[in-house]
Amino acid sequence: MINQLETPLYESLVSKFEIALLQGNDDRSRTLRQEAFQTFKTLGFPSIKNEEWKYTNVLPFLKDNYIAENTPVTSGTGYFQQAAKLVSAHLEAVQNSLKGEHKGAYRLVTLNGLIVPELSVLPSSSEIRVLPLSEATDQPSFEQHFGHIARWEDNAFVALNTAMYSDGLFIEVGKNTIPDKPLHIVNVLLSDAPVFVQPRHLFVVNAGAQLEIIETTISDDTTIPVFVNGVTEIAVATGAHFHHYDIQTGRNGMRFVQRTEATQERHSNYSNYTFTLPGADLVRNNLVLHLNEADLESHLYGLYLSAGTQLIDNHTEVHHKMPRGESNQLYKGVLLDKSKAVFNGKIYVYEDAQKTNAFQQSNNILFSDKSTVNAKPQLEIFADDVKCSHGTTIGQINKDALFYLQSRGISEATAKNLMVNAFAFDVTQKVKIPALRTYLEQLIAVEMEKA
Amino acid sequence: MLSIKDLHAGVEEKEILKGLNLEVKPGEVHAIMGPNGAGKSSLASVLSGRPNYEVTSGTVTLDGKDLLDMSPEDRAREGVFLAFQYPIEIPGVSNINFLKTALNEIRTYRGEPALTAKEFLALSKEKQKLVEFDAKLVNRSLNEGFSGGEKKRNEIFQLAMLDPKIAILDETDSGLDIDALRIVSRGVNKLRSERNAFIIITHYQRLLDYIVPDFVHVLSDGKIVKTGDKSLALELEEKGYDWIKAEAQQ
Repeated sequence: MINQLETPLYESLVSKFEIALLQGNDDRSRTLRQEAFQTFKTLGFPSIKNEEWKYTNVLPFLKDNYIAENTPVTSGTGYFQQAAKLVSAHLEAVQNSLKGEHKGAYRLVTLNGLIVPELSVLPSSSEIRVLPLSEATDQPSFEQHFGHIARWEDNAFVALNTAMYSDGLFIEVGKNTIPDKPLHIVNVLLSDAPVFVQPRHLFVVNAGAQLEIIETTISDDTTIPVFVNGVTEIAVATGAHFHHYDIQTGRNGMRFVQRTEATQERHSNYSNYTFTLPGADLVRNNLVLHLNEADLESHLYGLYLSAGTQLIDNHTEVHHKMPRGESNQLYKGVLLDKSKAVFNGKIYVYEDAQKTNAFQQSNNILFSDKSTVNAKPQLEIFADDVKCSHGTTIGQINKDALFYLQSRGISEATAKNLMVNAFAFDVTQKVKIPALRTYLEQLIAVEMEKA
Repeated sequence: MLSIKDLHAGVEEKEILKGLNLEVKPGEVHAIMGPNGAGKSSLASVLSGRPNYEVTSGTVTLDGKDLLDMSPEDRAREGVFLAFQYPIEIPGVSNINFLKTALNEIRTYRGEPALTAKEFLALSKEKQKLVEFDAKLVNRSLNEGFSGGEKKRNEIFQLAMLDPKIAILDETDSGLDIDALRIVSRGVNKLRSERNAFIIITHYQRLLDYIVPDFVHVLSDGKIVKTGDKSLALELEEKGYDWIKAEAQQ
């Protein structure tokens, strides 16, 4: 812990905490922040001695002289205009895939965590209610769920976010409401100095409602360190369906630690699709699901393509607490160059969770002999009438198949791209929005071209 | 068209081809037979550019161009086609997508415009009919779940689509029942022309009843030791390979 106390970041956090404390205007939030910060101070950032961070050494990424931002930096029209340009270029890239898709999507643009209405095309609030988190504190759903879903007592990053979160999004879909279009959240991150940002989101899908969210992240092309410690709490009520797409691209200098934690009620479906592409230095996804009632479904699909010296770490946790839950985890990875990936998939089946079906699969291809993957399935089963399975494969590209394609006149680069897409196919085909699938395939093709 | 001169090649320091010579002119069908381990499949691998095979000396030219200097994809684009003995299954890569990509890369290399989706579909239908290849199979993933015979017939369908100058059929008849054999042969015969040539590697004379060769060569111990016409194949069927080996040693 000693080296942590001496980092510029730690000092900045301690000094900014007092300011963060003033942000909450009610006692509950103040108490929560204080307790959480105390916990953070006690735990400290995790080292590799912590089992959950065994293969991912996050400490070197925390050494930059970040400023811990409380109020997201949007002052100055410079940032706004830059954001506008970036968003429009980004949308064009995505829209190209949307050609022919009449539906399109609602658009929510955030700049360093703050909603930018001028660049957004928001749904009517009768379909999807979108508010800055700071303005949602008197919403009933906020009071019911905020701070109750993401566990921070034993997790330093979540504790830190809970203590010092800047602002974020409150998104709610009312009972039995089915929006006609997905909501595309474009997160723009810009800074001219190293910065540590902590967005906090709460997504609530009420009984019988449905929601599709696509999250993308864009930035400029500097290499200024930006560390994002994000927490997203999600509540999926009875009979609700939430399809959550997260397309994680980035650039050098970006580091992401993202905790997404969801609770589910009876007959609900939470499906998470996380696609991580080359760019950011570090991406750590913690996806935790609490299947609190019986008869529900959860699907976790992940595809990661890592390049350079990138480190992509996916940790998943599915807690089956009641009977007849069905969960399915499928994570596939393609590792290029000297990159590293980690997959840890946990399944907990509690005593009362009879007739649980819980499946997990992790498949990885090492494209170079300098890439590394650490895959660890973890199952703790305390009920005796269940179906659970796990499978992990780590291999190399099939050279015979590659030669077969080349012998038909297909260049090596194109052949590799075909094979990576073939490998990724059972994850990419789960994407329900055809335009999004096309966009992803294009992103993959671009990366394979560089390889 | 194809000229192989004194080819020496091997894998992992073991020499397999020990001075092979072969001349193939347009319009010709050459059959290559020989005992196991003679180097027949190695010849096919070396010609198509399979990695792990090292050429230690000799030349291979196609219409004067040095083939050995080219990557496998460039050889294919110059007009070399290998029908694999064991075609590979590549789940997730659709037959159509794969063929369209291959065809268009070959056409681009030759300075021809890529085919539109419509043109490709028309060509595909035409060739399917020509080689009697089931339309159902075209829509599936490359060779996935195909029976042995279906895989071989997919090789011939690809041959028809890619229209190579020289096609090497590596034991295409192995694993085929009589009907499949007839269908494959019919297809190959329809594709024969004055502009292309075929090298048919086989163990058995039976295929050569259907695809009648102009020349039959016996490959033994890394070299072509005897050349004849189709009657040589019948002689081998009767006598086996021992007499050839004995002759070669004299």
